[in-house]
Amino acid sequence: MSDTSNWPLWEVFVRSKNGLAHKHAGSLHAPDADMALKNARDVYTRRSEGVSLWVVPSEAITASSPDEKDLLFTPADDKVYRHPTFYDIPDEVGHM
Amino acid sequence: MPNGLIQEQKYGRNPDHDISHERFVNVGVNCGIYIELMANAVDLTTTFDSYVAAENRVEPKQWMPEKYRKTLVRQISQHAHSEVVGMLPEANWITRAPSLRAKLILIAKVQDEGGHGLYLYSAAETLGTSRETMVGDLLSGKAKYSSIFNYPSLTWADVGVIGWLVDGAAIANQVMLCRTSYGPYSRAMVRICKEESFHQRQGYEIVMKLARGTSDQKAMVQDALNRWWWPSIMMFGPTDDNSPNSEQSMKWRIKRKSNDQLRQEFIDKTVVHAEFLDLSIPDEDLKWNDSRQSYDYGEINWDEFYRVIQGDGPCNRQRLIARNKAHDEGRWVREAATAFAAKQAAKKPAKQAP
Ligand SMILES: [Fe+2]
Ligand SMILES: [Fe+2]
Repeated sequence: MSDTSNWPLWEVFVRSKNGLAHKHAGSLHAPDADMALKNARDVYTRRSEGVSLWVVPSEAITASSPDEKDLLFTPADDKVYRHPTFYDIPDEVGHM
Repeated sequence: MPNGLIQEQKYGRNPDHDISHERFVNVGVNCGIYIELMANAVDLTTTFDSYVAAENRVEPKQWMPEKYRKTLVRQISQHAHSEVVGMLPEANWITRAPSLRAKLILIAKVQDEGGHGLYLYSAAETLGTSRETMVGDLLSGKAKYSSIFNYPSLTWADVGVIGWLVDGAAIANQVMLCRTSYGPYSRAMVRICKEESFHQRQGYEIVMKLARGTSDQKAMVQDALNRWWWPSIMMFGPTDDNSPNSEQSMKWRIKRKSNDQLRQEFIDKTVVHAEFLDLSIPDEDLKWNDSRQSYDYGEINWDEFYRVIQGDGPCNRQRLIARNKAHDEGRWVREAATAFAAKQAAKKPAKQAP
């Protein structure tokens, strides 16, 4: 089975229609980007799920670590003043 | 917990979260630290258990108990193998489909099953098992797949009944798994469920045509139902008191319904489908139970179930031979693709190959 063992893993992103962002759909193995794209089309868009595809080598993605979740994301929790509902604006002012 | 223990690697693929004994011995930590770490592992397990019990999803890079990981790898890869082997009994009929319409539909269905295999292998890979290992285990006969695919598809009516019953039973299981606790598995299931409902409906359409056809056609579809009924309800696995791992899987929200629960729901629905076409389900003990608001059903032949699982079903040998043959005969395609990719990469030295 060594014939496929060095095929890299690709992450597949599908844009379901123009105006929307590409969204992660899944992954697949392929020897190069062209074939990854062709396979992605066959596997992830058999029912008109998309109008555009991206394939990205999984290796190229740098991800944050779950260990750092609190460190990275909790500082935002106590900054309620970043949300519009933090401010009391009288009704008479109208929509703002 | 020392940071080095949960070392993050590549995006979404980290086989190294296990807090196993070997690991500590391998890195040569001394005994005192080892004991402290094991205490931490117990804490982690408790935290994990309450995390999933609170309906939170687990993602690939998170810490998870080794047994959770192993259970998932086994379940997801077996599921993937079932999709792949499941193509065989139906592919048998592609060249003999009775019309062009029927042939197109059957090809589309079989192609979907190949895709389902891919989604599931990908989900299992996020747990740190390589595709080669899983495929190798299938080809060598080491891995299991659903026992149902070791039964032969003898007539065109079988193709209809497979869609109606086998895909129907698979859907019952898969709808439950859409809410399984492991994120990548659950996302694969959502995608699969979207595609599956056509499978059952196309099968029932074939059954419907035959059941409303000539007396020969009706006899043919009744015969197919007779042969597939019991193996189909075995698909849900052993009874609850005989499936020791079920309870843990339910606790971890891998499964959300028991085997017997799923089987009962499937039977209750399917009896209605059969009655609508005047087909009779081959179970003399099948009758409506008013107090349970469900159908009672007869004793399942579990000896047969275990025999088929152990490799002694009607088609186990053929299925493995067919899978190996397809794999061997496709080797040159994979080799050519690899060679072509290497050539293309050599032509474009500016753009680095990944
Ligand atoms: Fe499927
Ligand atoms: Fe299916």
